[in-house]
Amino acid sequence: MAGPLTDRTAIVGIGQTSFAKGLPDSELSLACQAVSAALDDAGIAPSEVDGLAMFSMEDGREVDVARNVGLGDITFFSEVGYGGGAGCGVVGHAAMAVATGQCNVAVAWRARKRAAKGSRPWAQVSRRITGHWQWSRPFGVIRPVDEIAMLTRRYMHEFGATREHLANVAVAFRKHANRNPAATMYEKPLTREQYMDARWISEPLCLFDNCLETDGALAAVIVSADRAKDLPHPPAYVHSFAQSIPQQHQVMTNYFNDDPLIGPSYACAERLWAQSDFTPNDVPVAQIYDAFSPLIPLSLEGYGFCARGEGAEFTDDGALEWPGGRLPTNTSGGGMSEAYVHGFNLVLEGVRQMRGTSTSQVDGAETCLVTSGEGVPTSALLLRR
Amino acid sequence: MESDFLLPDVEDPDVAEFWAGCARGELLVQTCKSCGLRRMPPRPMCPRCRSLEFRWDPTSGRGTIWSFIVPHPPLLPAYEELAPYNAIVVALEEEPTLRFVGNLVTGPDGPINEIDPATIQIGDPVRVVFHQVEDVTLPRWTKS
Repeated sequence: MAGPLTDRTAIVGIGQTSFAKGLPDSELSLACQAVSAALDDAGIAPSEVDGLAMFSMEDGREVDVARNVGLGDITFFSEVGYGGGAGCGVVGHAAMAVATGQCNVAVAWRARKRAAKGSRPWAQVSRRITGHWQWSRPFGVIRPVDEIAMLTRRYMHEFGATREHLANVAVAFRKHANRNPAATMYEKPLTREQYMDARWISEPLCLFDNCLETDGALAAVIVSADRAKDLPHPPAYVHSFAQSIPQQHQVMTNYFNDDPLIGPSYACAERLWAQSDFTPNDVPVAQIYDAFSPLIPLSLEGYGFCARGEGAEFTDDGALEWPGGRLPTNTSGGGMSEAYVHGFNLVLEGVRQMRGTSTSQVDGAETCLVTSGEGVPTSALLLRR
Repeated sequence: MESDFLLPDVEDPDVAEFWAGCARGELLVQTCKSCGLRRMPPRPMCPRCRSLEFRWDPTSGRGTIWSFIVPHPPLLPAYEELAPYNAIVVALEEEPTLRFVGNLVTGPDGPINEIDPATIQIGDPVRVVFHQVEDVTLPRWTKS
């Protein structure tokens, strides 16, 4: 059943910088380049922009982007926290602001430098820790990969998931990146044997279970459905949007509640599908947040593509692979093989699937699910053509 | 060196009693004085009854391994020099949804990289031991 936001707004412009391990530009400069490119793609002048939504972790602030790109009077601005959980969140906030008349043209973006201050929070903690990290970091559970590896081992134990299943994920996304000239891993194939022989990062997770480390930026322009009809590209309608902080959730080290393997995607999915005309069975393509490969089976379960505990097995038989898989996923290569920009590249790939311009285009796709970080307060979008 | 470990601020008033308990050789759990809910990690307000009154109850100090990892580099220097080492999550025997992160060691002062990771299994019974690093006493676990 549709909700009050359903199809009221659309993403009409997308822009991105190149992706690399080291770009000379500042994070602010990258943000401005992506926003500028997205406005050009939409055919909308910067002076028309009156709404902004960005990640709390962003280095350049709203005022900086507005003064650089020459934006108009901003009457709505909003930030979403928790890093990778925010990608769909900022787009959703922008859509809500446009739908309720708080602004007419909103821009959402993410710029990130892997070497920039703040991009690797785990390496910058002060030695004396307060808050919830004190219950994990003193024991050497320091990096995001350590935190997710702990849940992964438990998931394998409870449901029989194996490294073969995680390899299904890594290999599928790499194949998609090999078709996408913008992807960091465009010319670098990955075999199952390479995956199995890779060095450990945090057992049971190896190098290829991890996302890339990327400099780059991406942006999206959101306007009303009425306005969208007059613009150059086919609109990617925001059909449904949700966020979630499930009860008793703890960021990343979600080890302390009754059932830690019920992640934030469950509560997010409940709201998302409740406000949608579609069900998971109707969705032919997905962009699922992949900072780490095990987040894919966990998210497939949370968003209802399979039952609890069946996410690993779902990935068998090329299910995630374009073109023949049951649910081609991360068709640009995702965070593991295109670029890791806190999942915002997943939003743009969702838009390309709705436009029909993906390098791994799913024929006739009417909808695309896009999700943000599993393991943190999260968000999701269902886009519609 | 262990002195470069990431350590808690043991004077933080919300949790100081927990760390003081470790220093005395006791693994404590925060318990609501009003409704009796035991909660980990500690926090100022009871999520069931919203009471701000709490006490620190002793636990059995026994549990089972709920999950474990073996981190490899790149890591912060103090941890990288011990890698690969283990880190575990322990489910408390008397209330398995009360969990603690720690390390599996051969004894109170054994290093965190001493036990062969291939011998660690989910479900293994463990008991708490205590190890001092600077002014902090960390709970660790040995097979029981």
